[in-house]
Parts: sequence; C-alpha cells; structure tokens
Amino acid sequence: MTSKASERLEFRDPKQVQAFQRALEHLCADLKTPISIMHVCGSHEQSIARFGLRSLLPPNLQVIMGPGCPVCVTDMPEVDEAVYLAEQGVILATFGDMFRVPGTVKSLAEAKAEGADVRIVYSPWEALQIARKAEREVVFFATGFETTAVATAAVILSGPPPNLSVLSAHKYIPPVMEIVAEMPQTRIQGFLAAGHAATITGWKIFERFVERHGIPVVVGGFEPLDILSALVQLVELIRRGERRVVNAYPRCVTPEGNRNAQRLLWEVFQTESGVWRGIAYVPNGNLRLRPTYAWADARARFQIRLSEWLHDAPPRLTQECLCGNIMAGIATPYDCRLFGKECVPESPVGACMVSSEGTCRIWYEYGGHVKGPTP
Amino acid sequence: MCLGVPGKVLEVNDMTALVDFWGVRKQVLLHTVDSPVAPGDYVLVHVGFAIRRIPTGQIEETLAFYETLLRTAEEDLMAADVQEEMGAGEET
Ligand code: SF4
Repeated sequence: MTSKASERLEFRDPKQVQAFQRALEHLCADLKTPISIMHVCGSHEQSIARFGLRSLLPPNLQVIMGPGCPVCVTDMPEVDEAVYLAEQGVILATFGDMFRVPGTVKSLAEAKAEGADVRIVYSPWEALQIARKAEREVVFFATGFETTAVATAAVILSGPPPNLSVLSAHKYIPPVMEIVAEMPQTRIQGFLAAGHAATITGWKIFERFVERHGIPVVVGGFEPLDILSALVQLVELIRRGERRVVNAYPRCVTPEGNRNAQRLLWEVFQTESGVWRGIAYVPNGNLRLRPTYAWADARARFQIRLSEWLHDAPPRLTQECLCGNIMAGIATPYDCRLFGKECVPESPVGACMVSSEGTCRIWYEYGGHVKGPTP
Repeated sequence: MCLGVPGKVLEVNDMTALVDFWGVRKQVLLHTVDSPVAPGDYVLVHVGFAIRRIPTGQIEETLAFYETLLRTAEEDLMAADVQEEMGAGEET
C-alpha cells in the first residue's frame, strides 16, 4: 500500500525535486542534532505521504504533522452534541468527513442507521438550501478551521430561514500552534504553515508567534515542489538562527490576507477556550457564535443535555486511540497497536482514521515512509 | 476539506458566479472573495465559496498540479478531495 498511488502521478519537474533534495542534504549534512519541523495541514500531509516526500529527506530532518486535521480535533463532546440533536429529531447536516467520527456513545452514521435524519453536505450553503425546503429544524454541524468558518459566517449573514441554526465546532489554528510549540516533548524548531488557511488570515499573523517562541515560520503550498522549497527555506532559517516569517506561497498568500473574509468571520464568530480532541485545552482555540447571533446558534436554541444522556455510556476501544499524541507530534500511527488492525477506514476507532486529512488514514492509504528514528 | 480548488469564472451574477472546473460547471458564492471578479478570472474555491481571485500570471502554475492529479489519479485521497470540492457548488 506504500507507493502505488504516487507511482501513478509523476512529479511535474523531477529535476527541481532533485535540486531541492540535494539542497536539503547539503543543509543537514553537518547538523549536530536532528531538526524537527511541524506542519498543520491535512493537505500537506496528503502530499508528503502520497509523493513519498519523507523518503527524500535526510534522516536527521523530521517533518511531523501536527493538529492540522479539523475533523480529528473536533472534540468528542462536540460530536455528542450533534448526535444528541440528530436523535431529538432535527435534520442534522454536516460534512462527509464527520459522518463516521466516533462520539462517546455513537457516531452520526450509527445514529442515522437507527433512524436519525443526518445529511451530508459539501458546503454550508447546502445546509441553507435544505432548510429552505424543510419544515423541520435544520442544524448545520459546522467543523473546519478559519477557512471553512468564513463560509459558515457568510451563510449566517445571508439571511437564512429561521429553521436553520449552526452547531459550531470550528477551530482557529494560530492558538494551537502556541500550544504545540510549548510542549516540551515535541521540540519543534520550525513551522510549515498552511497556505490556504493563510489565504484568509494573511502571513503577518504569524509574526507575533515568531516573536514569542523564537521559531521561524514558512508559509507553503501543498504541491510537492511547494513543500520542498518551503522546507529548504525553513531549514536555512533554522541553521542561521533567523526568527522570522517567510512567505513561500505568494501566489495564494498576501501579508494581510483576505480582509473581506476576515470581516465576515469576526462579525459572526468570537474565540473561546476549549478542548481540541486529544491535544489539550487550547485558549481561544474554538470559534463560537457571538451573542448577537444567538438566533442562529444551535447551543442557544436547543437544550443539549449531554450529561444525562451519556450517563451509562460503555467504554469504547476509542480510549486506546493515540490520535492526540500523533497530533502533538510525539507518536506516529505505527505506535498505535490498533493501526491497520481494529482500526481501518471502514471501521475507524479514532477520528484520525476517518478523515482524508487524518494522519492515520493518510498513512494507511499511502504508507508513512518513516525514515530514521520516530520523532 | 483543507484544499481549495481553482476554477475559471464564466458568468457573474451579483453574489454568485458560474465557475468552470475542468468541464464541471458550478455556481460558486462570492460573499467571501478578496476582490471583485469578472468573467475570465480564476478563483480559488473552498466549500463552494470563492476565497481568492488568483492573480493573472500565477494561474498556470496553480492549475498544473490539479490537472495532473485529476488526469492520473482515480482512487486517491487527494483526488477525491479535489472532486468533492468541485461538487460543492450549486448544480447549474
Ligand atoms: S490507528 Fe486508529 S486508534 Fe490508533 S491512533 Fe490512529 S485513529 Fe487512533
């Protein structure tokens, strides 16, 4: 299962790939200690695993996927809230990726099998369309990072029908970077920031992070050449001890980002502190609707009584899931005894095996190409 | 879901645009785009919403990767994500 997929897709420019590979080898040749770089984007990991980029890296350069899969960091109680509402008889609309994510008692897929009305949508706009046609309450279970939250905000501001509300599990990336940067076990020396999320926020937002943590950040795209070129720049910064932000993806990312989208985002949402599944309590890491938009907030419109409902929940295999450690950069899927055995994409135990952006799912499909010691 | 996909704007109608993604035509919402778009422009689309007008001169570079991906890969996570994104707009 390792590289069949990557064989089918040629690199656009093998010469350039080789040039980057040689540059990295050269830069890492005389390092006294290995370098660890973290990225926080599911598409980065897909690309790295799919093209076998880890096998091109020198053994003393580790590239780790952090908490960059929005589905994977959606906390179990957030899934529980969605399942609870679905079972109360609302139409629950959500992205396909969320469908099989385990909750404490059950997943949305299991709730649907028992008769709940759960619909998969590809865009928040589709949830609005469903609400226009439906007589019943429609709840959009909204997951994803700021890039996706912008779309949810646009829907709320577009004058939706009164039977539409949003259960927001949207998350905001910059605060979690602070958390993983501070974890003593991870020892991250540089961040590869996700180009498409930075399309919204702009790259200047990372300047404060760099100041606080003394770690360079390079914003990169997710195509193989974009990633390699960003890695070369990041390793150069680390070697020189330069602490700054470099934008290696100027065709999508500007210093200020998309001002219009930011305006929509912060009009509707505010940050709140909360838990990211498996990782930690992240101050200001959740995006929740502002009180002005309580009319569209499922948490304000419905009473969600989780504690009674969860009372007798039996323990599930999920307790053995290592997703949290994997997203914190201190374990790989190979450290999980369920990987590829009890836990496979058809019957996932943890969220990282469900989403196409989860490390376990990606490594299951493409192989991890681990070289050198595990981080 | 993280992935945005580029497409070519064919028509603009107030807050929506008809966008062509390699022959698949979808209505894309413009509420979230960073600057005004016109027919002929390329936009980066995420969950059915345009999030960036791609500057002229950088279009080809952006398209090439997706083209190879869609042409050569069928059962593949990345290709599936691109196809899902292309399906996210409203049917025309
Ligand atoms: S293989 Fe499954 S159970 Fe193990 S860490 Fe990954 S998602 Fe969790």
